[in-house]
Amino acid sequence: METRNFYNTILTEHNLHPEHKHVLKDANLMLEGVNPSCGDDIVLQLKVEDGCITDGAFEGSGCAISQASVDIMLDLIIGRKKEEALHLAEIFLKMIQGKATEEEMEELEEASALSDISHMPARVKCAVLGWHTLEDMFNDN
Amino acid sequence: MKDYKKDFPLLQDHSLVYLDSAATAQRPYSVLEAEQEFYKKSNSNPLRGLYRIGMAATDAYEGARERVRAFLNASSTEEIIFTRNTTESINLVAYSYGLTRLKQGDEILVTIAEHHSNLLPWQMVAAQTGAKLVFLECEKDGSFLEKNIEAAVSEKTKLAAIGHISNVLGSVAPVEKIIKLVHQKGGVVLVDAAQSAPHITVDVEKLDADFLAFSGHKLMAPMGIGVLYGKKALLQKMPPFLRGGEMIDKVTREGAIYTQLPHKFEAGTVNAAGAVGLAAAIDYMEQVGIENIQKREQELTKLAFEQMQQIPYLKILGSTKPEEHHGILSFTIEGVHPHDIASILDESNIAVRAGHHCAQPLLEYLGDKVTTRASIAFYNDEEDIEHFIACLKEIRRRMGYGD
Ligand SMILES: Cc1ncc(COP(=O)(O)O)c(C=O)c1O
Repeated sequence: METRNFYNTILTEHNLHPEHKHVLKDANLMLEGVNPSCGDDIVLQLKVEDGCITDGAFEGSGCAISQASVDIMLDLIIGRKKEEALHLAEIFLKMIQGKATEEEMEELEEASALSDISHMPARVKCAVLGWHTLEDMFNDN
Repeated sequence: MKDYKKDFPLLQDHSLVYLDSAATAQRPYSVLEAEQEFYKKSNSNPLRGLYRIGMAATDAYEGARERVRAFLNASSTEEIIFTRNTTESINLVAYSYGLTRLKQGDEILVTIAEHHSNLLPWQMVAAQTGAKLVFLECEKDGSFLEKNIEAAVSEKTKLAAIGHISNVLGSVAPVEKIIKLVHQKGGVVLVDAAQSAPHITVDVEKLDADFLAFSGHKLMAPMGIGVLYGKKALLQKMPPFLRGGEMIDKVTREGAIYTQLPHKFEAGTVNAAGAVGLAAAIDYMEQVGIENIQKREQELTKLAFEQMQQIPYLKILGSTKPEEHHGILSFTIEGVHPHDIASILDESNIAVRAGHHCAQPLLEYLGDKVTTRASIAFYNDEEDIEHFIACLKEIRRRMGYGD
């Protein structure tokens, strides 16, 4: 039996001290994402100007994986164009399925710390909650 | 101390710490062999074949029914109906008794601690008949106050559906008292014995239960075999639940005359190998001895309970007395989500359950919406508990807390 160490410091840091967990007063996009199995519940808030994500935040509660994953996602997408963010979402989802290449993983920066989730099928929904909410948000707009 | 693990193929791997027996038990070799034996030696469709192995299959299946009858101390095999599981057994009563007997103004009594399987069927009956669903609330430790029981039961209580042992708190509900009261008022009682049958003596005659349901898989039998006990006088008057083959005396173009108990309630090809496996599981249980099972489970539960109490930020739900938990220890650790606790324990190959345990109203009522649950069986050992405790102690640190 291999011992895994999924709960690395990147994940636990973002869970205990999320930089982006607050209300974004001037958000112009907002969407709630829920994962009934863990009771994860987030409200993603973005400020998008001229197709560029100039600011972002989230509120909510849930397991460490869901919370850390959204916080890491926001780190990554703030300051990027909508298309870039969607591209990263696509790679992230590929990584979760264990299908991302090494170059793609590099693009994900800290989010690649969640790659081992591909060995924990029951927790995949937690890791992708933020990213799916992001996709839904942009696809609805 | 006897090593029970050697009787279980999956527990040969000593790195596995299986603490989820309340979800489903492990199966001993003897059960797996009995199931295989059925397919190897007498495989044919029971109750139909007019040839030798067909009769062997029927004998094996009906022999298993007799085994279950004796286990529950029922007075006749006509009162033992094989189903898939507790859920199906309860649904059978909900559809065949609840829907046909209940009406507006009647009350169905359940406790707040019910598993969803003993709640949703009654919500359905209430919605369709106009009967009212009444909740009997428990105290934080899982006990029930006499005055609350008395207040909840009245002439309107036509049916009470009560979980014998809570799958969240491990506490025993006062089913005997409730049965007595409901009977005095003219109602009937179904006992959900899914968590009790594997751990304590369940005697339908002594309880005077009208219906009682349990699942084979929580009692070391194969998945897909369950039991409904029902008093003959009640079962006889109930219409079939499912209709089809092997449950009729005569079928014409327009209708059918249904056959006798218990086959009236066993439409279609039955899970004979599962029933044979269940009989073997009961044999195994009795060979170990219910007193030994209880004693062992109490020892291990006490060991775990006392050490868990020492862990800062950890809270155990329910009674403060380990002997009232029947191996079930639901807990929370401040600041750590139960799913993360379960995943961290899994990193060390420790299997526990996390979530709402199919008892959302109870968890809502207790104020901890999700918890982690370790459930202990007699085949666990001290090493399992030590390993579990050692990992629990590390959890907050693993999650980045300084303590
Ligand atoms: C108290 C109780 N009732 C009913 C059930 C449902 O059992 P099954 O899923 O085998 O139908 C369970 C199983 O978790 C239970 O613990």
